[in-house]
Amino acid sequence: MFDLERWQEIFDTIRKNKLRTFLTGLSVASGIFILVVLLGFGQGMQNGIAREFAADASNRIWVWTEVTTKEYKGLNPGRPIQLRNENHAYIQQHFSEELEHKSPVFRVRNVQVNYGNEAVGYSVQGVSSGYQFIENEYMSQGRFINQSDEENASKVAVISNKIKREVVTKGEDVMAEFLDISGIKFKIIGVYGDMGGEREEERIFIPISTAQRVFNGADRINNLSYTFQPAATFEEAVAESIAVENELTAYLKEAHIVAPDDTSAVSTWNSLEEAKRYYSLTGNIKFFFWFVGICTIIAGVVGVSNIMLIVVKDRTREIGIRKALGAKPWSIVGMILQESIFVTAISGFAGLIASMGLLELVGPNIEVDYVENPSVSFTVAFTTVIVLIIAGAVAGFFPAWRAAKIHVVNALKDE
Amino acid sequence: MPTMIEIKDLHKSYQMGSNALHVLKGLNFNVEEGELVAIMGSSGSGKSTLLNILGMLDVSDSGEYILDGVPIKNLNETKAAQYRNKFLGFIFQSFNLINYKTALENVALPLYYQGMGRKVRQEKALKYLEQVGLKEWSHHLPNELSGGQKQRVAIARAMVGEPKVLLADELTGALDSITSYEVMELLQKINDQGNTILVVTHEDDIAHMCKRIVHLRDGIIVKDEKIKQVRASEYVQ
Repeated sequence: MFDLERWQEIFDTIRKNKLRTFLTGLSVASGIFILVVLLGFGQGMQNGIAREFAADASNRIWVWTEVTTKEYKGLNPGRPIQLRNENHAYIQQHFSEELEHKSPVFRVRNVQVNYGNEAVGYSVQGVSSGYQFIENEYMSQGRFINQSDEENASKVAVISNKIKREVVTKGEDVMAEFLDISGIKFKIIGVYGDMGGEREEERIFIPISTAQRVFNGADRINNLSYTFQPAATFEEAVAESIAVENELTAYLKEAHIVAPDDTSAVSTWNSLEEAKRYYSLTGNIKFFFWFVGICTIIAGVVGVSNIMLIVVKDRTREIGIRKALGAKPWSIVGMILQESIFVTAISGFAGLIASMGLLELVGPNIEVDYVENPSVSFTVAFTTVIVLIIAGAVAGFFPAWRAAKIHVVNALKDE
Repeated sequence: MPTMIEIKDLHKSYQMGSNALHVLKGLNFNVEEGELVAIMGSSGSGKSTLLNILGMLDVSDSGEYILDGVPIKNLNETKAAQYRNKFLGFIFQSFNLINYKTALENVALPLYYQGMGRKVRQEKALKYLEQVGLKEWSHHLPNELSGGQKQRVAIARAMVGEPKVLLADELTGALDSITSYEVMELLQKINDQGNTILVVTHEDDIAHMCKRIVHLRDGIIVKDEKIKQVRASEYVQ
């Protein structure tokens, strides 16, 4: 490997056969190029999916209710189930360790929202302070609803960046203004934004206690929403979330006298389960890309192998001469193998650098749903280099073996 | 003179489909150091097969081959390569120079396989090129040389490893008669320095420039005679 003479021999051969070497290298370079670009896009898809999930906290559970479908304890099916404050209070107390942020949701219906003389066509929801973290909202201005707003049933509202942009026309400070919800003045205390973009910025939040009191809600709740406490690993988080989800559902069914096997009366949506599905999907996609990429490289390697076979055939006479002059079989194998690995490695690096350059240049500018900043990590690059060297060795071995087996007498026979 | 090559009851046959072709049918002969031997015979007489066995490029079925006291038998490829490199120099009809290497690099190649360093190799190769009168052509590629020059480069290459025996296979076969004589003159000069040379040829005049002619027909030696050597210089102005 470190035999200087051998390298001189190889450089001589390559220098004397530029076109042949170039064509050989091109097939490998394009193979690596395709592999790395594919892997880059695999990473891009993973990033993209992670971004989609960034819209909400990715460890979130959402509870809603419908009508019962099964007869249970003498109660008829078709009975609507209504969540109440006591349900939330019970869960808050009993699952205080498993759940991180907690908020009930009360949807305020049939209200007219005005800002000055302007009608605002967005829905109003009563929530708790924890809802900010459940929905992953960041504050552009002011603050979110807090504990004391809820306790005092303050008439305050939080609007979104989108709503602010639509209603503020005269450049006034929105924080000093009031929102008129069905004739009742709510002071604007904050402006929020959502990671998921504008379609997640179409709600006005007020304290749930205010919502229930002012808009005739009594102790009714439409939804319960929580986030789980973070766990050490993703798998653990998924397992814990499913356990909590089951317990929570069991409690609600018992509290509302619903048959345990009635799946539609009390429903839950667990984002971790969903996320797991997506992550395993991206895992599969990555696996698929590796598979396609490796196949491309195999095609390249077969190409190199083919060309090296032709090279060996081309050089049959030369190899015959070398053997007659005293070249040992292993020196012939080494010569062909080293040339093959060298050509594969150099052209592979060229492909690697070209593809990484492309990803580096184009990657950050790609803004498509489910694809974000396609790129390859050092580990992936390193792995492809290893793959390359192995590929070169494999590509070279059979031709080299054939070269070593060349019979001198036949090789030197005059045509 | 010590014996350089000893051949005893050498047999070789080739399997051609269902029937065997008996090419060498028990050859016996010795070559002493410093001899210049021509092996003559028509095609199919077995002279190329004999040369291949002597060159360790092929193995006999039975019989003995002793080269300078070393029995040549049961050689694996690596060992054979080593012996070829150390003991033998080949000269071919079609020169067999590597066409992308210069004359100097071609001559230096056997030394590379001896594991000699690049510098020493080139110095030594240049010395041998000078001996065959081609020092000025050392950096030319084979296709820039005439046939006679190519064969002289090949002779320098065969000589550079200081072999015990030079084996020449129809070395003038691709050359016109004047060039042939020039090459033979060079070969005689090398022989005069004490080198042992075996020449396979079917040309009478070339054979008579050697010191001994072994006639081969149908795999047996029919005549083995010492002759009065014709000096090639008589034909060369």
